[in-house]
Amino acid sequence: MTAWLGPEEWQAVALSLKVSFWATVLSLPVGLLCALALARGRFVGRDVLNWLVHLPLVLPPVVTGYLLLLSFGRRGPIGSVLYDLFGITLAFQWTGAALAASIMAFPLMVRAMRLAIEAVDPRLEEAAATLGASRITVFRTVTLPLILPGIIAGAVLAFAKAMGEFGATITFVSNIPGETRTVPSAIYAFLQVPGGESAALRLVAVAVIIAIGALILSEWLSRRVARRISGT
Amino acid sequence: MSLSVDITRSLGGFRLQAAFDAPDGVTVLFGRSGSGKTSIVKSIAGLIAPDAGRIALKGRALFDRAKAVDVPVHKRRLGYVFQDSRLFPHLSVRENLCYAARVSGRGARNPDEVGDLLGILHLLDRRTHALSGGEAQRVAIGRALLSEPDILLMDEPLASLDGPRKAEILPYLETLQRKTGLSILYVTHNMAEVARLATHIVLIDEGRVIRSGAPDELLTDPDMVRQLGIRDAGAVLSATVSARPVDGLSELAISGGHLFLPAIDAPVGAALRVRILAQDVILARTRPEGISALNILPVRVLAVRRGEGPGVIVQLQAGDDRLLARITRRSADALAIVEGAECYAVMKSVAVSQTDIAVGLQSGL
Repeated sequence: MTAWLGPEEWQAVALSLKVSFWATVLSLPVGLLCALALARGRFVGRDVLNWLVHLPLVLPPVVTGYLLLLSFGRRGPIGSVLYDLFGITLAFQWTGAALAASIMAFPLMVRAMRLAIEAVDPRLEEAAATLGASRITVFRTVTLPLILPGIIAGAVLAFAKAMGEFGATITFVSNIPGETRTVPSAIYAFLQVPGGESAALRLVAVAVIIAIGALILSEWLSRRVARRISGT
Repeated sequence: MSLSVDITRSLGGFRLQAAFDAPDGVTVLFGRSGSGKTSIVKSIAGLIAPDAGRIALKGRALFDRAKAVDVPVHKRRLGYVFQDSRLFPHLSVRENLCYAARVSGRGARNPDEVGDLLGILHLLDRRTHALSGGEAQRVAIGRALLSEPDILLMDEPLASLDGPRKAEILPYLETLQRKTGLSILYVTHNMAEVARLATHIVLIDEGRVIRSGAPDELLTDPDMVRQLGIRDAGAVLSATVSARPVDGLSELAISGGHLFLPAIDAPVGAALRVRILAQDVILARTRPEGISALNILPVRVLAVRRGEGPGVIVQLQAGDDRLLARITRRSADALAIVEGAECYAVMKSVAVSQTDIAVGLQSGL
């Protein structure tokens, strides 16, 4: 792979993998909570939450990226607090790229998890409670095992989406080689210079392979969740 | 007193106002669909909350609105067998059975004894989707039993099964009560199940308890016939096998004489309960002769109830037991069947189906 990809291209692939990995891992617990709240919760503001979660799906990515820059930039309302209290900067850092990717991938992740949760028969959870399981134990021993393939499918989809995120990333964290130049940004950069087409094509191939692999994996996992819940 | 319930709950236009006590043994909540039986059981389990009232199990308050007691479902220590088996699809049969032991301190870890009792030992390593309806329901019963509950709630556990599957499970339920001595609250709208299992009956109609009592008394009350369903009206008698079967017939001793019924698979001396439907009983003023029916019991008429239809219900005393007969009003008038009349109850042996005979349970415990 290193022989086939030049060092710059390899750097972009490695960075993309790192950004997408952290974007996925860190948004998993939040995504699961949101999916649970949306699937099961009966609270005021549920519609607002649903709307917020889905917003990155319909907003132009550049707008999302710019909003991130406004709020998480060094002088933004959240960014300044993070910097003053913890010394954390997100703008123009790979961590910022991870944040942008996770926000863009969030709707897909929550959707997959929510579908899995909604497919769980609440009557099974009732039965578990009558057998002496507290609410947390019911979740741990019945709900979670039944939705696990859905969670993994959501994570895989989110990972694939994070790998391909471009608009919000480039707006929020720019296109700095080795720091924020992910695969899509690198393809864009290569296409801006004469003679960059072959490097761009190689990265395109990598992106296609990862995307197709993720789709197949997530499809296979969704089918498993369906089978597991129907018990066949 | 094992379970005591006194609750009210309003939902939409339906008002549930139920108060009853369930003694040890099998208490059957009997009533039409929509009469509120399931709401009562769900309230006892804590799956729904009553508006007011009190529920106590073996002296322990599970729910008491006045004292703000509402024990959460998982701490109520009761087994719940639902109409659908609700087995966990991601667990094997064995894991389903041992679920209670795994998630709570209580409950047996070894499924062998209960598995043997319910005839499911050979299924332990199966996945749940490979089970038939009857097998799944027996596993569900086993799972509830293994949680070592203070009471077993069974909400129409046979309703989703077809006839043969029902017949397959009923004997297990009878054995269960006899061997474990567990209190059972059993919900059904099926009179045959009531007749076979009940040691106490609570009659529910439109959210209210209209009557409760022992089966021999309640089932032979002519005033209850309308509530229980005229076709299902009939007495449940305690009987003892008095002789080995000869030419396909078993002889049973009841307090008022002898009954010959199609051969029953039970040893001499075994206690049985036999359901005799009112529509299977013929009345004669003199002892009939030259008749094919084998069962002729001398009886005395206790009461005659006329309805709007062509039939009347006659309550009869046979020894210490009571019987019901359904005959036409015309015959009742022609034979002068009135209170106090001495006559003979005639029953065909083959009229009593095997599914109406329960081995090992005495009625009216």
